[in-house]
Amino acid sequence: MANVFVGRVIKAGVAEGDALVSSEPIGFLGGVDGETGIVTEREHPLEGRCIAGTVLVFPTGKGSTVGSYILYQLAVNGLAPAAIINAESEPIVALGAIIGDIPMVDQIPTDEIRTGDRVRIDGARVTVWRGG
Amino acid sequence: MQLTDQERAWLAGEAGPATKRAMEIVVALGQIYHAERLIPVASVQISGVSYRNIGAAGLDFLANWAAEGARVRVPTTLNPTANDLQIWSEQGFDAGFAAKQQAVVDVFVQMGVGDGHPVPTCAPYLVGNAPGLGEHVAWAESSAVSYANSVLGARTNREGGPGAVAAALVGRTGAYGMHLNANRQATVRVEVRAQLQTLSDYSALGAIVGQRVRKQVPYFAGLPLERDAPLWQEKLKALGAAMAAAGAVALYHVEDVTPEARAAPVLADGAGTLVIDHLMPGYAMLNDPVEHIDLVWVGCPHASLAEIARVAEALRGKQLRVPLWITCARPIKEAAIAQGVAADIEAAGGRLIADACMAIAPVRDLGFTSVAAVSAKGAFYLRNLAGVKTRFATLDDCLALALQET
Repeated sequence: MANVFVGRVIKAGVAEGDALVSSEPIGFLGGVDGETGIVTEREHPLEGRCIAGTVLVFPTGKGSTVGSYILYQLAVNGLAPAAIINAESEPIVALGAIIGDIPMVDQIPTDEIRTGDRVRIDGARVTVWRGG
Repeated sequence: MQLTDQERAWLAGEAGPATKRAMEIVVALGQIYHAERLIPVASVQISGVSYRNIGAAGLDFLANWAAEGARVRVPTTLNPTANDLQIWSEQGFDAGFAAKQQAVVDVFVQMGVGDGHPVPTCAPYLVGNAPGLGEHVAWAESSAVSYANSVLGARTNREGGPGAVAAALVGRTGAYGMHLNANRQATVRVEVRAQLQTLSDYSALGAIVGQRVRKQVPYFAGLPLERDAPLWQEKLKALGAAMAAAGAVALYHVEDVTPEARAAPVLADGAGTLVIDHLMPGYAMLNDPVEHIDLVWVGCPHASLAEIARVAEALRGKQLRVPLWITCARPIKEAAIAQGVAADIEAAGGRLIADACMAIAPVRDLGFTSVAAVSAKGAFYLRNLAGVKTRFATLDDCLALALQET
């Protein structure tokens, strides 16, 4: 049984992957290592997790505007998330998704998605299959 | 969002991949801020130029964008670099860093910024990019945004790094925020009872007010400031820069001085009042308990010729014990040399540093650990970005710390 949400397209694209969900905002500069894709921010709910290839689900971005370039760096290194889903987008992550060619949708109730759910993004449409 | 046929075509990629990406960015930002349409802009100021800030990832992205065909469609100017592009070795930068910084500038040259001869500065309005009253622009650099909106009466939001580049590539930005009349009304009246004399006093006032009013639009009543009095624009430059750094003030009005306040009533109904009795808290918030300083920094935002002349006058016939660096745009440095004031400063042991900004430089790597600054914004970023101890004081007090005892 799948749940379908319709959000707002920030970067158009089609992608599918397993959800990695954070209840807290993510700041990419100083928060995620651009060379490994691992979340390095101390005490962050995703600390130590690798975001590469996941459908990364979090409420919104935070931190330095240079964070956009970290998303680009992850994409160049083949370590970007397959897609990004936010509750409410802000410019840092939005620009990072656009310059890193990472499909992104916002205005989705991110607290209704769990880590491990299978998620497909197609334009504004987000389909979620409950995992395990 | 309503887009024109041309904007739709660009978004679809009909003007190539670089324009398509720029359009995606401008449209996404417009959506995030609920713009109903895009508006043409007369000029763009780009931030995110310092290699220390954007790093290898930023340079790589910008270089690829330029290789995709990214070219600016409107006059575009550039924020400061980390080092003087000519005398970086005298500053203590290594060749590797200077080469990377030059590579960033070269990418912007390739994009057509500054007609191929960019002048890195945070005060583009001092060197030829000064938009007129009511003109829409897309500027990054919070102090320049504040000056453009408030002192010139132009209209711009605080654009970010890649967002400003995108605006330059399509010559447009989202019609939201400061571009709309409704958001330009003052929401808090600031009554200043403290004595204001020096440029640093205006900077200290800005630090206090910025911290208190955050993102609001302040209206200053009764400032001892008249249009066309000596240094009136420099005082407003200092005030606005500090408010933008300590808070997020993008626009302020000054009774009888700034253009929109002179044209019509700008104070919104029901605006509260903030009274400032003392400047001391503004100075105190940026003063670490340091006994010795190893650098004096003037020129945040970048110094005007009049500010440089003032330092020269204060230094004439004296010798500095520690370096004094005045950061400014290169044409201002050239004018200071032509007028002979640069010679006075150099004779005392000071230097004019063009292109660069200390706040975005690796100041500790250059060997400085405690810096005296005449600017609250400068001290704020030295402390928070560069990680050095700071003294924030008037020019006379900073020089007193730096002059040879006789």
